[in-house]
Amino acid sequence: MIDRSIPVTDDELHAYVDGQLPADRVAAVEAWLASHPDDMARVATWRAQAEAIRARYASVADEPVPSRFNLETLASADRSWRRMAAVAAAVAFIVGGAGGWFAHAGYDRARGATPGGYDTFTADAMKAYRLYAVEVRHPVEVPASDAQHLVDWLSKRVGYPLSAPDLNAAGLKLVGGRLLPGPTGPAAFFMYENAAGERYTLYCGKSTAPDTSLRYREGNRASAVYWKSDEVAYVVSGQSDGEKLRNVATIAYEQIDRRPPRG
Amino acid sequence: MSGFRKSIQESIPALRRYARSLTRDAEIADDLVQDTLVRALRSEHLFHGEDTRSWLYTILTNLNRNRLRTLARRPLHAPLADGDAAGMAGPESGQRDIERALASLVPEQRAVLMLVVLEGLSYREIAEVQGVPIGTVMSRLARARAQIKSYLDGERPALRRIK
Repeated sequence: MIDRSIPVTDDELHAYVDGQLPADRVAAVEAWLASHPDDMARVATWRAQAEAIRARYASVADEPVPSRFNLETLASADRSWRRMAAVAAAVAFIVGGAGGWFAHAGYDRARGATPGGYDTFTADAMKAYRLYAVEVRHPVEVPASDAQHLVDWLSKRVGYPLSAPDLNAAGLKLVGGRLLPGPTGPAAFFMYENAAGERYTLYCGKSTAPDTSLRYREGNRASAVYWKSDEVAYVVSGQSDGEKLRNVATIAYEQIDRRPPRG
Repeated sequence: MSGFRKSIQESIPALRRYARSLTRDAEIADDLVQDTLVRALRSEHLFHGEDTRSWLYTILTNLNRNRLRTLARRPLHAPLADGDAAGMAGPESGQRDIERALASLVPEQRAVLMLVVLEGLSYREIAEVQGVPIGTVMSRLARARAQIKSYLDGERPALRRIK
């Protein structure tokens, strides 16, 4: 028997068109449509849209697959490219070392004694996130395969023993990192990525601002969590999903905070 | 070939279809597919026999969103192909209409509609691909369909006037 007592919802009309309606509701929806011409017309419109979309794009899947999508070739090209990137980063490090030191001193003078507070640090970190999170080919200078070198190098340039926190608990793996100009001098930038390609970054540099615990800032296309601990300010940035980002930031915060204080 | 690679290989035609329906530009679409494949291959070692299909759609959807964000920060250039679309008639014009109606959707709504209509994913799978509750998927789907209808209803008279 058809159960006419439960009203048909819009969601059910969509599910009916898409073949996702539970079998025990099909008869009820069809009975409803027979007596509701407006809904019947909407269903017909949606079907016609779906037909037009399939008429336009379905045939793409029948095209022969171009040779550029050969998986063996793609995998080995990617491996050799990443080896090259590691070599290039090591060369840049050696060449850039001496010049970078003087540039750094000039930079500090130009900034005067401005301490890197919450606002400037967070703004710079979010800018860096938006700039590099979308990079497919060159997201980092030094890849995670060279993690020890990366951490040693950035610690030396920032002037504080840093670490790249282990964010496996949030499904994130280290992609690598780079050196950036920060509000008070050199800043370290670590990038992480999950299996779905979503990226989170940790940006940190020395700061004389007062210590704070986690502070959340929501932006348009990126959000950030800031904290200051010992001599360093940290900002974790990610896409504007507050819940996930706070989780990532908390894991990073706890690891960094648990380390013995410097000296 | 490993089971992992085989399942990725078999997904390529569908990924190309999905990418084409998101971008309108065959070159950009294939670049998205290639980047998706490279990323998938990098994560090969993380894989323990799960279903790769939704996962590949997730990567491609994220890459496309990143691409659109980059575009949003540059000055806008209308694609050249739009210029001659109004002059087209005959069986081709229906296809152009749907292309332009789809281009008027916000990216999240467009992705939902394509994953439902073209790729045949369940609403639940789409919720996972987009990382949102299923109710959000339903409202995106409803808005996409309403927007296409109003676009096509408003579009046709304007086209006749141009001709």
